[in-house]
Amino acid sequence: MDIIQVVGFALVATVLVLILKEQVPMMAFLLSLFAGIVIFLFLIGKISDVIDMLEQLADRSKVNMVFFQTVLKIIGIAYIAEFGAQVVRDAGQEAIASKIELAGKVLIIVLAIPIISVIVETIMKLMPV
Amino acid sequence: MNEDVTSIFQIAAVGIIVAMIHTVLKQMGKEDYASWVTLIGFIVVLFMVIRKLDQLFQEIKTIFLFQ
Repeated sequence: MDIIQVVGFALVATVLVLILKEQVPMMAFLLSLFAGIVIFLFLIGKISDVIDMLEQLADRSKVNMVFFQTVLKIIGIAYIAEFGAQVVRDAGQEAIASKIELAGKVLIIVLAIPIISVIVETIMKLMPV
Repeated sequence: MNEDVTSIFQIAAVGIIVAMIHTVLKQMGKEDYASWVTLIGFIVVLFMVIRKLDQLFQEIKTIFLFQ
């Protein structure tokens, strides 16, 4: 019944934001940011269960832990970038939001460099020169 | 999630009270005081939000192995 909690919380937050938006727009923005943070914190607990399970699977199948950590970091960057971009977009700053998304993409590709180079090396080994 | 609901009502209450004080002070003709009240209310709420944001980032860091 967690979803009912989340939806109820979100509805209450939305009503309060709508009340505040007329008088003090800054406060309304902070309120919506706070609501977003709370919901995200609530979800993080659940996500950690999933990640524990994935970690066990990776451990059992003897996957190189470096790759697994890279994938986890990429997922984390994607979550943070998405969160930040949505908050900024909510405040009406479309340009800054797309810069955040661009930064997320660039940082992800930087993290993926070791994996990509390993793939390229493997392919080079497979190919008859 | 209970204390979070409490704090979201707190933020909304601060916002409404600040708006009220702002209106009253403006009616009395004290424009500069009114803007200071708004600023201070904003900073109080900003502190609450930033503490929560810090908590969120710490959680993300621990869960996604950023250390």
